[in-house]
Amino acid sequence: MMLRKISQTSALCGTILRVAPVLSGGPRSAGVVVPNARLYASQAAEAVLDKPAAVGSDAATKVEQKTIATDSKSFAVNMFKGQIETAQVFPYPSALNQEQEQFLRELVGPVGKFFEEVNDPAKNDSLEKVEDHTMEGLKEMGAFGLQVPADLGGLGLSNTQYARLVEIVGVHDLGVGITLGAHQSIGFKGILLFGNPAQKEKYLPKLASGEHIAAFCLTEPASGSDAASIKTTAVLSPCGKYYTMNGSKIWISNGGLAEIFTVFAKTPMKDPKTGEMKDKITAFVVERSFGGVTHGPPEKKMGIKASNTAEVYFDNVRVPADCVLGEVGGGFKVAMNILNNGRFGMAAALSGTMKGVISKAVDHAANRTQFGNKIHNYGAIQEKVAHMAMLHYTTESMAYMVSGNMDSGATEFQIEAAISKIFASEAAWTVTDECIQIMGGMGFMKDSGVERVMRDLRIFRIFEGTNDILRLFVALNGFQNAGNQLKGLQKALKNPLGNAGMLAGELSKRAKRKAGLSTGLTLQGSVHPELAQSGDLTVKAIEQFGAVVEEMLIKHGKKIIDEQFVLKRVADCAIDLYAMVAVLSRASRSLSDGAASAQHEKILCDTWCKEAYGRITRDVQELRSSGTRQYFKNLRAISAAVVENGGVVSTHPLGF
Amino acid sequence: MSGRVLVGVKRVIDYAVKIRVKPDNTGVVTDGVKHSMNPFCEIAVEEAVKLKEKKLIKEVVAVSCGPQQAQETIRTALAMGADRGIHVEVSGKDYDTLGPLQVSKIMAALAKKEDAQLVILGKQAIDDDCNQTGQMTAALLDWPQGTFASEVAIEGDKVKVVREIDGGLETIRIKTPAVVTADLRLNTPRYATLPNIMKAKKKKIVNMKPADLGVDLTSRLEQLRVDEPPQRQAGVKVETVADLVGKLKETGRI
Repeated sequence: MMLRKISQTSALCGTILRVAPVLSGGPRSAGVVVPNARLYASQAAEAVLDKPAAVGSDAATKVEQKTIATDSKSFAVNMFKGQIETAQVFPYPSALNQEQEQFLRELVGPVGKFFEEVNDPAKNDSLEKVEDHTMEGLKEMGAFGLQVPADLGGLGLSNTQYARLVEIVGVHDLGVGITLGAHQSIGFKGILLFGNPAQKEKYLPKLASGEHIAAFCLTEPASGSDAASIKTTAVLSPCGKYYTMNGSKIWISNGGLAEIFTVFAKTPMKDPKTGEMKDKITAFVVERSFGGVTHGPPEKKMGIKASNTAEVYFDNVRVPADCVLGEVGGGFKVAMNILNNGRFGMAAALSGTMKGVISKAVDHAANRTQFGNKIHNYGAIQEKVAHMAMLHYTTESMAYMVSGNMDSGATEFQIEAAISKIFASEAAWTVTDECIQIMGGMGFMKDSGVERVMRDLRIFRIFEGTNDILRLFVALNGFQNAGNQLKGLQKALKNPLGNAGMLAGELSKRAKRKAGLSTGLTLQGSVHPELAQSGDLTVKAIEQFGAVVEEMLIKHGKKIIDEQFVLKRVADCAIDLYAMVAVLSRASRSLSDGAASAQHEKILCDTWCKEAYGRITRDVQELRSSGTRQYFKNLRAISAAVVENGGVVSTHPLGF
Repeated sequence: MSGRVLVGVKRVIDYAVKIRVKPDNTGVVTDGVKHSMNPFCEIAVEEAVKLKEKKLIKEVVAVSCGPQQAQETIRTALAMGADRGIHVEVSGKDYDTLGPLQVSKIMAALAKKEDAQLVILGKQAIDDDCNQTGQMTAALLDWPQGTFASEVAIEGDKVKVVREIDGGLETIRIKTPAVVTADLRLNTPRYATLPNIMKAKKKKIVNMKPADLGVDLTSRLEQLRVDEPPQRQAGVKVETVADLVGKLKETGRI
């Protein structure tokens, strides 16, 4: 595997990004996923570190290629270099013009009303499908074509407008959310992003009205996180007019309902340089009506039961050649972009989910009396509520920061989008867990409606790229950029005279860092004066982070890609840092605008920054500490022994 | 026959919101509180739109009296199928004292101005529960009225209205132009769908002032104070029927 040629390795960058639309890396493949993930991470990183300028040469779009340009506007890219780039984060992006805002205001009410009055999440959950009249209502509502251009029958919403509406869906029913998301966030997003005018005209109107449902088919029985290993094939006919598709896809959301499928399959292609035949992945639009497309029974799942999940089989399906989506052999580019463009929606939906369960928790805490007092008067409950509110505030800040960036035409947001997905899915889990804890036995009962949310939420840490794989993605992407900067420095060292200015700057920066002095970074002018203290903490954290990233790169070199213990901690720091900046920016705007909740937001922000700074400092210390090597070694050893033993190793305290 | 129906749509605090009285007892808290169209007005709009879909009338005009935000309510009516809107802007002190009499004066003036065949209103609004505007509008216009309608059928220049009255239903036939007020069971209003909201953006809303209609908004009512409903006192548990009877006698209930 390590010998794969660069075209394949670069494609693997996509693997890291990949979305298993349903349950990638579930229990079935758990044993396989770990080593695979590691290999993939390695290869992707190798591609990343070795070929900085050509990352994902064939896999990545121009968009992705820009990512590695040295003057990135992405805050996340720059923080890995210990630099602050405020363009995308300060002031807090507001991407709606007056008309868009007005339109959105009008949409919010009816969507909320529909979910309050028509949709019954408990019923959907127990039926394991979205009730028929709800489904019809959603179609009439226009909920299936939110981002389809208006002239093709949709609502033509921007990402920010879309985010605000899926947030409402998230408050009420994640099962419905997945049905809608699998349809438009991934199912036909490929047609929106890569379809030619004829394809758009042909498919989008019926998809927008919900007459046709779409599904995204990437995952296969033997291909979870390792998306490059798909076995479905599409072979071009001798006449060149159609492809014959064979293979099967598993865990496909909407698989049993869909008429239109975005399918990724291997197509044999001749390498123009070597003349050799090799398989490359191509994306296709496949209609059920082509014949040979069948599906299995709906899967039984832990959560999001209302959403249909099924296997989809392609048996000698004749796919017309004009159904290729994007370029032949460019399937990874298509997959990667679809996934990248959809992640913010999850953060938005989950911020809605958190809002909903926080209301439930608070309602209970404010009304439940124990020991003669309403329980919200007790510190144990107050601490929980405070953390829930902070996690919600942070997720919401991230979601609309990313969607705002995307709407203002930013092209580098994949680290931020991945962070928002990781953060949102974990925050929502914690918040819902704490909601149940506050509600006590009541929360555990089905009737309170929170246990369903908990079950529905679990999948969000698994699908659309598991959080573990996404953490590697965040860290490796960051290291790649930081690595480029170091390389520049190395080059400069070879010609010290010609680069004296640069070297002097870099040297003094490092000397100052060593001495514990500020390197001159600042957020003054961006952050509201009332938040200066949190701004300073953030700057300090970025300085420490930039330094430790560089140290890790120097220490491990290219082998950093195999150091998953390190990568995980680096990613955790990156997530906390981005979270700090997101809340700083939003709270600053609220203070400047004199928003009604500005003082409350200031407290949320200050408290969050203090906690995040503490975590980052701990992680950085751990990465630097000499004892850490032994610690990681221990973890490895324990795991190896347990795996070897097929379970826990220690003998029972009773001896039997 | 003009074939035109005028429908009143009132912006009220959403029915799901828990109402809070202002600390100074001058009214209820409205700032930052979710508002939506009065549910009975929704029923009125639905009925008008249905009549139009059956081609019994030609045009549905939605009217709302209130501050700038009243336009949002008119937009909802347009998204449900009304053809155009009229926003009669009333704000500040005038809005605080705006009651059924003032609104019915506006509605009457508009009904004449627009040469309406039918004015359909909700039977009452869920905020002040007055249940007067329809009746007053009919009186000011000297038009027949069919209040508490649970069925409306246009029959030539007459309209048949089935009214919900105490203990049963009353069917009346009145000559148009007339005023009809909608009761709960008249229909189930449709949801404003997102595509229709988008299309409604192109529909026109005309803005005017009460003075443009020659309406004087002076109110003769003075509101003294607004209070929360009294809190329910805790009850007592009794062991036996005899105890219960005894207690009831004690408190003078029986």
